[in-house]
Amino acid sequence: MSQGDAIPEFGKGKAGEGGEVSLTNLSAFSGGPGIKSGAEILAIVAVAAVIIGGGEFLLRWFQVPEYILPPPSKIAWALFDEFPFIAPHLGYTLVELLSGFAIGSVVGLLMAAVITQFPFAEKIVAPYILLLVTTPMLALVPLLILRFGFGYTPRIIAVALAAGPMVMINAATGFRRVDSAKIALARSYGASTLQIFWKIRAPMALPMILVGLMIGAIFGLLTAVGAEMVGGGFGLGNRLTSYSSMIQMPQFFAVVLLLSVLGILIYVIFFLIGKKWASWEA
Amino acid sequence: MKATEREIPKLAVQEASKVYHTASGDLPALDRCSFDVAANEVVSIVGPSGCGKTTLLWSMSGLHGLSAGSVALDGKPITGPHPDIGIVFQEANLLPWRNLDANINFPFEIKGTRPDRSWVDHLLGRVGLDGFGKKYPRELSGGMQQRAAIVRALALKPSVLLMDEPFGALDSFTRDEMNRLVEEIWLDRPTTIVFITHSIEEAIFLSDRVLVLSPRPGRVAKEYRVPFPRPRSFEIMATKEVFDLTNAIKLEIVGGRVAKARAAAPAAAEGALP
Repeated sequence: MSQGDAIPEFGKGKAGEGGEVSLTNLSAFSGGPGIKSGAEILAIVAVAAVIIGGGEFLLRWFQVPEYILPPPSKIAWALFDEFPFIAPHLGYTLVELLSGFAIGSVVGLLMAAVITQFPFAEKIVAPYILLLVTTPMLALVPLLILRFGFGYTPRIIAVALAAGPMVMINAATGFRRVDSAKIALARSYGASTLQIFWKIRAPMALPMILVGLMIGAIFGLLTAVGAEMVGGGFGLGNRLTSYSSMIQMPQFFAVVLLLSVLGILIYVIFFLIGKKWASWEA
Repeated sequence: MKATEREIPKLAVQEASKVYHTASGDLPALDRCSFDVAANEVVSIVGPSGCGKTTLLWSMSGLHGLSAGSVALDGKPITGPHPDIGIVFQEANLLPWRNLDANINFPFEIKGTRPDRSWVDHLLGRVGLDGFGKKYPRELSGGMQQRAAIVRALALKPSVLLMDEPFGALDSFTRDEMNRLVEEIWLDRPTTIVFITHSIEEAIFLSDRVLVLSPRPGRVAKEYRVPFPRPRSFEIMATKEVFDLTNAIKLEIVGGRVAKARAAAPAAAEGALP
């Protein structure tokens, strides 16, 4: 085994403790001793009230036309009033996002695990991976629609294509974080390659895998909405084009608001998973 | 010592040589290094940094192959990791995503066996870590982490314990405490220990014999017997005998370095050291 013959060096900063994973770096989540003090909560609420209330006031004071930017209260009302109609579209988008993301991340994880086991193979496929990561998969949607029609299929494929490479590249970074001392430890007890993978490499890679999943999910959301805007009669992206074409701006912004909430939800979910399962690194 | 024991030492390192093939050329790390370790003997290996100490220990553990020569345990050559050999690594090398219990359980998980709970509890008590089982490594001090690593290594009841500069990263008080602990553990259940260290004091305190390796490529330049009875107190460390022994070892290490410098650049070395 080649890694057994590397010169053992431990002094040069261990790969496992680079401190590069930044899932928990937003101070809004990780700062302070967990529970916020009353003054902090008050300040947070006050700032939010000033921003939203101030926006409302300024938009009305300067009589900004609704088709440019509707005031927050109208957006909120539109979201409430239109929600029964928007809800199914939210459902379609979620179906595309979840199934595309599931396919993409499973394939991405598998590929990351395989290519990092074979450094030679990794060198060969590296340019194609770069191509997959950097190409906006949205560009393929018209072609996919041509081939698969206006249903779910082209959108799910696009989401998977967008999410998969992001998951793969981050997971591969994680799997490459080899700590030779920890692998030596496992080997000294006679661990098999598979055991080393599951008990050392995978847990060491987990924080980076979570980062990859989060970025993949957000790219997936982006691509799902983009694909819906290209064609097909359903989904939140379709609502955006439809409302803007009818200059129904409060409804339009209500959908934008929903998309923001979805994005934040993705972040929070992975943040909480990271906190539960990968907090040893923070 | 009986004649049969003399014939088959616990560990026998014979003409061990190791060459690393690096991008910038071959790097000989060990050169025909030979020594024996008797059963339940504590042997320290000291030497200038980069003299191949860690390479030697990894070869003895079966984690590394040798380029030439052999290492034998109870007369049988070691070709890979051996269940009878426990290793304590540089720094504690605990798995940060596992709590202490799970870290100590790790070797058993790999082997698919169950730990001897009473023995593990005994060890944890012995090193003062009872009640810390649910703590994660990051919640423990460096000394506590290294104690946990010792428990992990001993939990399998190995007959040989290889320790690779285990206390190098600890402050000197903690290091003294750990040295005393190693001695206690040894008195509790005698084990063959090979201990690699930078600290001559630590080597003398712990060992029956101290081997000095020459600068790279390493081979045994000299060996010193440490005749003091156990348990050893830190008062012994302040005696003239220990002082003389420490100086002799220090001179041997420095002497080897000077000789190597002279061999490498005779003219310059003669100018500097007439």
